[in-house]
Amino acid sequence: MEDIIISTLQRTMVAGTPLLLATTGEIICERSGILNLGVEGVMAIGAVTAFIVTMTTGSPWLGVAVAIAAGMTISIIHAFASITLQANQVVSGLALTMLGLGLSGMIGKSYVGKPLLIKMEDWNIPWFSDLPWLGKIFFSQSPFFYLAILLALVSWFFLERTRLGIEIRSTGENPQATETQGVNVSKLRYLSVIIGGGFSALAGAHLSISYSKSWIEGMTAGRGWIAIALTIFALWNPGRAIWAAFVFGGIFVVQYLLQPLGISPNFLAMLPYIATLLILLLISLKDPKKLNAPAMLAEPYKRGKR
Amino acid sequence: MKKIQTLEMKKISKSFHGIFANKDIDLKVESGEIVGLLGENGAGKTTLMNILYGLYQPDSGQIRINNQDIRINNPVESINFGIGMVHQHFMLIQNHSVIENIALGYKETPFFFPKIKIREKVEQFSEKFNFNIDPDKKVWQLSAGEQQRVEIIKALLNGADLLIFDEPTSVLTPEEIKELISIFRQMKASGHIIIFISHKLDEIMDICDRVVVLQKGKIVGSTDTKDTDKKSLARIMVGRDISFNIDKKKIARGRKILSVDSISVMGDKGLDAVKNISFELFENEIFGVAGVSGNGQRELAEAITGIRPIYSGKIKINGSDITNKSPRDIYDTGISHVPEERIKFGIAPGLFLYDNAVLKQHHLKKFSRRWFLKYSKIKNHTEDIIKDFNVSTHSINSQIRNLSGGNIQKLILGREISEQPQLLVASHPTYGLDVGATQFLRRHLLSLRKQGSAVLLFSEDLEEIFELCDRIAVIFDGEFMAILDSDDKNLSEIGPMMAGSKRLKKQ
Amino acid sequence: MIKIKTTDRYNITPLRSFMTNILSLAAALVVISILFLISGVNPIFAISEIFSGSFGSFYGIKETLTKAIPLILIGAGLTLAFRAKFWNIGAEGQLLMGAIFATWTGLNFGESLPPYIIVPLIFLAGFTGGAFWGIIPAILKIKFSINEVISTLMLNYICAEILTMLIVGPWKGKERFGFPGTNNLPDSAILGIIPGSRIHYATLILSILCAIVLCVVVYKTRFGYETRVVGENPHAGKYAGINFLKTSIIIMAVSGGFAGLAGVGEIAGIHHYLGYPASVSSGYGFTAIIVAWLAKLNPLYAVISGIFFAGILVGGDAIQISLGLPAATVQIVNGTLLIFLIMGDYFLKNKIRFEMQ
Repeated sequence: MEDIIISTLQRTMVAGTPLLLATTGEIICERSGILNLGVEGVMAIGAVTAFIVTMTTGSPWLGVAVAIAAGMTISIIHAFASITLQANQVVSGLALTMLGLGLSGMIGKSYVGKPLLIKMEDWNIPWFSDLPWLGKIFFSQSPFFYLAILLALVSWFFLERTRLGIEIRSTGENPQATETQGVNVSKLRYLSVIIGGGFSALAGAHLSISYSKSWIEGMTAGRGWIAIALTIFALWNPGRAIWAAFVFGGIFVVQYLLQPLGISPNFLAMLPYIATLLILLLISLKDPKKLNAPAMLAEPYKRGKR
Repeated sequence: MKKIQTLEMKKISKSFHGIFANKDIDLKVESGEIVGLLGENGAGKTTLMNILYGLYQPDSGQIRINNQDIRINNPVESINFGIGMVHQHFMLIQNHSVIENIALGYKETPFFFPKIKIREKVEQFSEKFNFNIDPDKKVWQLSAGEQQRVEIIKALLNGADLLIFDEPTSVLTPEEIKELISIFRQMKASGHIIIFISHKLDEIMDICDRVVVLQKGKIVGSTDTKDTDKKSLARIMVGRDISFNIDKKKIARGRKILSVDSISVMGDKGLDAVKNISFELFENEIFGVAGVSGNGQRELAEAITGIRPIYSGKIKINGSDITNKSPRDIYDTGISHVPEERIKFGIAPGLFLYDNAVLKQHHLKKFSRRWFLKYSKIKNHTEDIIKDFNVSTHSINSQIRNLSGGNIQKLILGREISEQPQLLVASHPTYGLDVGATQFLRRHLLSLRKQGSAVLLFSEDLEEIFELCDRIAVIFDGEFMAILDSDDKNLSEIGPMMAGSKRLKKQ
Repeated sequence: MIKIKTTDRYNITPLRSFMTNILSLAAALVVISILFLISGVNPIFAISEIFSGSFGSFYGIKETLTKAIPLILIGAGLTLAFRAKFWNIGAEGQLLMGAIFATWTGLNFGESLPPYIIVPLIFLAGFTGGAFWGIIPAILKIKFSINEVISTLMLNYICAEILTMLIVGPWKGKERFGFPGTNNLPDSAILGIIPGSRIHYATLILSILCAIVLCVVVYKTRFGYETRVVGENPHAGKYAGINFLKTSIIIMAVSGGFAGLAGVGEIAGIHHYLGYPASVSSGYGFTAIIVAWLAKLNPLYAVISGIFFAGILVGGDAIQISLGLPAATVQIVNGTLLIFLIMGDYFLKNKIRFEMQ
């Protein structure tokens, strides 16, 4: 029994890792006022590039670096459409998802099903990994796990405790006013979208070189969309995203574990989505002010228009 | 950067779409001076100041600081030259705290932990100017006056020697206006230059050392305030004598149309905006509501027309209860509405002119049969409005966003008046119109009155209120301070009533 | 230095709008060619293969029309929602819900009723199912100000899971020999096809009819007028006395309902039973978003753009076989087309000038 619980929790951490990475990226992006529905596509790009580079060079870290660069590059498309051309962000984000899924399928065609021999090794944190229970769950995980939590904390710090963070958040709240304060709104939004893309690609890299150690088309399996739900679930706060991502990850893991008890895995699978809707409903009923969605989220901003 | 001793604008011109907003403007200000920029709406005051603040580039002309030619390409450069601006619509982030707002624009905000340093600065300023602002409050929790003070801190922190205030009093209570004036005096004493934009004569006379009058983009007068008086300023401003003559005959009022029985309404901030207001309105009557804007006028108008819910009290029209009925039901009982923010509420910008001409009327039998609209009738109707109300457009088949603000306004007025409403609720109907259009509109309101309609007129313009109204209510902080007949001798005390310092017993 | 100046363009003529679309598509084609080239595929061959696969043969045309049916229906419905600025990206879920309702009706009443009763009945059921799933986000948006992009997205997943739960559980049919899926619908509930094809003509006719009726509704009726006002300026809509809840519910009932009808077509016209979500709809709900966009939110044009994108889907299948490209290739084509379409909108709405300084 103890083993089951430990391994369940351990796998929860693994399942939550890509969700946390992608959610943190989306939070940064949305905080600057840009809704990016392209997470799923960028994640797929990250997964395929990380896999190919790791396989051909034998260096997982190089794979990660290339994946991040690729994710950032493809995100520029969404940034250009929604910031420079003031296009509809819903449509542009969907286009990015289609493009990302399509390109990843094409690029990775000859790699489908090939096993990855050099994988990202797990890190055992000295001393901590020997702790009972906690050691196995938290301190002998893949580097992605530590990175995800570290990056979420760093992102929180940057958004809440630095000048850059205030500028990014102001951009999402009121671009006009921010612009008159000498802040380059377009630049900050480009920055946020591109960083967000890097995070999504990193999440994808985790999937292909650490989580499943292989590449198949469509392996992101809707995780990008869950990240978008999680962004709201975490109320645009990377700190809250940490526990939220692992709760969602946990639901993934227990899905098939509880099947013998007569609980439908499909029912459990829909729980995260129902929970997101419920939390929105609850906040809306109790205190709409707390739902601190960036005020100008998904609104195109045209410079000099008053 | 050296402190600004003198600033000159020389031969500044700026045009939009071929129409001059500013033409050959010369303006010089010196350290320790408060200069008023007076003019009607659309005279070019704000354009001129936006040029100074770097938001617009002049088509021609020069700006000189301390006798050196400079170029201001954007607001940041302007701030670096020591120029600050407090906009009419505050440039604040509502969901952020005071500290975060100030940190955003301040040049010396540290990258890490910015709030710590800013908090010290805010407290320093609060003490020096007696500001009394909680730096951790979110901006949306602050009153308009407090928000304005945040804007002032922002400008002063960046070392502004010259501050431009665009209509700063329009959102303030009389108490807050007094405080603002004392802040002005303090800043003047410390050598700051203040440019004060207004169209209110009283305030200009009160606050400024010197006044520059703009009309249609040109300077038409410039004088020290001690050498002039309100009447002559008014004459310069509008280019003619203001006629306080009342071109309206007494008409006996008809039967009662509207009765408002102690209604209370919540504002956007969740506080009471209208508190227990009661009044009645009769045929052949224009009932004016005077007051500084933001004292519940908008909420009262919206409550009567059904846009905003009423949580206590009753409204009846012709004896039947319309409390919290839908806007359409209320329109169908014969209440028209010219809203305050017309571009925001009154039109669908991407639709055609004729679509907009029936925005509230499209469901009427005249314009629709069952589910279908009768577009030929609608187009004829639109042509009529355009002719009657002098809307200038090349076609009714163009999108209404192509029209100028004044023409949009005329179309909306025409739309609301053309159906011969029993009651017209008009919020600042002449705001932003030129003199000719204003006169035209006022005559229309009087003819509605003559034909038996009732008009509920909200206006900040006392001249307009006195010229048109049979009875006048004074609103302050969501309450009526008094309801007076147009010949009531207490009218001379309307000022203190608008300021909330005097109140007559309810009639 | 060259400076780029943009100004608003006011007079947008239909011709200019059409030409912008054509130029956008052409530009997209160039980029798609480059992407093919990079992937080691001869672009001219691949693109000609796509179009000959879809429009170049009798078989191709038949398949294209078959796939156009759901795209026209959903695309037309989406033009209405998008016009009201209601960003319904949940057509996929609405289609599935329509399929669920239709299957239930067909399985339960199909045996005992003649075709001329049961066929209209399953269409009605499908419409109801899609409308029901569409109304939920409408209520959530108006009553609780919950963003519709999020809620429709969530409802897609919820519906897919409900469907799977049904076909692996209570609705699992004996005819499937242990695989998930319901039994086949009774013959009376199965739609007729044009012999030698998979075109279920009843749905095809219905889809074109729906597009025409919707076009009349949008441009000639009070409801259409109110939809356009709400989309242009919700504040003005409120001021004009338009009942937001009612209008949004009708809009989403129609938009979702059309997607539900598409679901009926897929079940009763093609598969004849309810299987896994991915087999019921191959992403029609998302592809239809591009259909609506290319149609410039005019329901009637959705017929043409629906057929066009069906052609790309079919052509995509063709090159998958002939060139051995992955199934996702067609996504590249769709994504690139969509990006260039929205970029084209910018050049339609703004005049761009280059100035020497």
